[in-house]
Amino acid sequence: MRFHLDSDQTAIQDVVHGAVSSVLTRDKLHVFIDGNDDFEPDSWQAVCELEMAGLMLPEDQGGSGLGLVEAALVIESIGKAGAPGPFIGQLLTAIALSETDNDTARSAWLKRVASGEAVATFAFGGDWLPTGWTVSVEDGKASGEVRFVPSASAAKVFLTGTEGGGLALVEASNAVSVTPLKSTDRSRPASTVSFEEATAHELFPPGDDGVQRIFDAALVLLAADALGGAQYCLDLSVEYAKERKQFGQPIGRFQALKHQLSTMALNVEPARALVWYAAHAWDMKQEDAPRSAALAKAHLCDRFVEVARDAIAAHGGIGYTWEYGLNIWFRRSVFDRVVLGSPAVHRARAADLAGW
Amino acid sequence: MDLSYGDAAEAFRKDVRTFLKANWMPQSVEKADMKAYIAAFRKQATEAGYLYRAIPKAWGGSEQAPDVIKAQVIREEFGRARAPMEVPGNGMNMLVPTLLERGTDEQKALFIPKTMSGDYIWGQGYSEPGTGSDLASVRTRAELVGDKWIINGQKIWTSQGGKATHMFALVRTESDAGKHDGISYLLIDLDQPGVSRKPIRQMTGESGFYEFFFDDAETPASWIVGERGQGWNVSRTTLKHERASIGSAAMLGNQFQKLVELAGEMTRNGQSAIKDPEVRQALTRIEGWVMAHRYSSYRIMSSAIHDEEAGIISMMMKLLLTEIGHDIALAAQDLIDDEGLIEPEPAGTRGRGPEKWLDQIMGSLGNSIAGGTTNIQRNIIGERGLDLPRDLAMERGQ
Repeated sequence: MRFHLDSDQTAIQDVVHGAVSSVLTRDKLHVFIDGNDDFEPDSWQAVCELEMAGLMLPEDQGGSGLGLVEAALVIESIGKAGAPGPFIGQLLTAIALSETDNDTARSAWLKRVASGEAVATFAFGGDWLPTGWTVSVEDGKASGEVRFVPSASAAKVFLTGTEGGGLALVEASNAVSVTPLKSTDRSRPASTVSFEEATAHELFPPGDDGVQRIFDAALVLLAADALGGAQYCLDLSVEYAKERKQFGQPIGRFQALKHQLSTMALNVEPARALVWYAAHAWDMKQEDAPRSAALAKAHLCDRFVEVARDAIAAHGGIGYTWEYGLNIWFRRSVFDRVVLGSPAVHRARAADLAGW
Repeated sequence: MDLSYGDAAEAFRKDVRTFLKANWMPQSVEKADMKAYIAAFRKQATEAGYLYRAIPKAWGGSEQAPDVIKAQVIREEFGRARAPMEVPGNGMNMLVPTLLERGTDEQKALFIPKTMSGDYIWGQGYSEPGTGSDLASVRTRAELVGDKWIINGQKIWTSQGGKATHMFALVRTESDAGKHDGISYLLIDLDQPGVSRKPIRQMTGESGFYEFFFDDAETPASWIVGERGQGWNVSRTTLKHERASIGSAAMLGNQFQKLVELAGEMTRNGQSAIKDPEVRQALTRIEGWVMAHRYSSYRIMSSAIHDEEAGIISMMMKLLLTEIGHDIALAAQDLIDDEGLIEPEPAGTRGRGPEKWLDQIMGSLGNSIAGGTTNIQRNIIGERGLDLPRDLAMERGQ
């Protein structure tokens, strides 16, 4: 039995954290936040150079043969750093290309996506769930519009949800137009993407089991991002409580604040094992994997919102400023909560999946 | 990640099952003989190495090398067969580990075998009226007169107090020493004229706790564990042997399952309550927490197996369990609705309806208090887990 991180797994987190934080300084993140780009090449490059995008691919496809547990650790570090990405899209596209039966799509794009040569994002939209996806694909041409696509202007390929719940890989071209949205989450600005008979490879037909599997992986990865973000909000608040003095002593000595910080920690630390379990169940293709992914997504995204709010309260005035930067993570919590479906949506699904 | 126990553990499980099949046959035993049958069974299970694993053979234990997985397999298999495990209670949980670490050979020989057999039932004598969370402020005094300690004072919140034959107690023996340094750890025979007891009626109406009064009660001079003035330290001895367990996770899982069943039995808006969208949200919201608790338990157990520290998560499990218990209580109260206006018959009575959930609804409040209140738990997480500065009054030891 082994249900805590081993040294290889903690090394993954350390390496990703180190690589991102060395190129994405807080100043640089603030410049990005205040700018109009939807893609930050340095941190993206740093992560891709670690061969993280392909870490879940089998070794004969040039990957590391690792699982969603490890991918979740990578994304957790990304969430902690507040890095733009599109890392979740990149990982998901690599998994989808690895698991599809479409050899043409795989040989054309898998290597490029796994190596990071081509930026890949996800374009699901609709009401987020596969049943609500709307892009139509006919004779290798995709048409339709998808809202809330992160890093769309940099993407070479879009992992796209298709009508009836299928997945296609749509290539960027003149047939794809990107209209930036004014995004709440400044660290992951999104756009509306329109496909007008854009070149598309069908990866999974509507209703294929592979679709649900990719979607479940997406839920777990978003939960992992929320975990990393929540951990960062907690860390920053604890650090601040030790430094900031009022009435002649560090405010962390006051029991009221101490208890608030303990409550924040209680929101974060136990949830870690839930993310591990959901990822592990996915890796083992267990029957409870879809339900665990849904519950993990719902639980972690609620926790992140709560902890981000508490962090700002724990900081006092400075937490409410733009410059201090806590709002970057607060805004990420808004994104994580709704993207791929809100907690209420996934709890309703979990109740259905239990047969209640 | 690997949640399986491994081949060796599964082979061991087979052995345990074979043992239970051959040796635990309660259906063949007359009710009057049951007590003796259980005692004999425990002896066999100890000889087989399944019970009293932390206790040396010299004191009647099975003296097994610590093995968290084996311990878990034993719990699971004994649980499945409804076979008795070690004698429950504070004696086995608290006193015996303390004696093994700090007791004299005379004390071990005198107390361990009889505690294991259930002949000695121990009450914990820590809390006093007025001490609460500030445990080291105990005022019950003991004075050494000749070869006896003479004890005067009062103890409270002693569980199993009605049946207890003995008590391990924190008492003030060094009047001129500091708050913590003036305390000694004494063992007291409760069957003597100087000791009287009174049940405390709880908010549930039941009486699980007792108050004890000491009026020139006596105990032999040699019944002190550790040196004079070391009692505080002695009382904090814990046993690391196979301590990590997923027992509370299993218990919580069962409780949640029962809540789901309750939702299936009750009606709301003319249909089964479990079909109601609000109820479905409430249940799955709680389930997220239940799963977080369960897999954190596995995480802690896994760390113990690999001889690693699990860190801050191990300081959270009690509070987490308490908080989830409160969530379940609130959800149950909502589900039972006006059935909750009926006072339930005592646990174990046949034919209890949904009102039986009031046991859990009220009982969950006890968990916020017993074994370190919720506020103290938050202090521990903050100070030991997050390394926040200690409260000034606590730092001064006042």
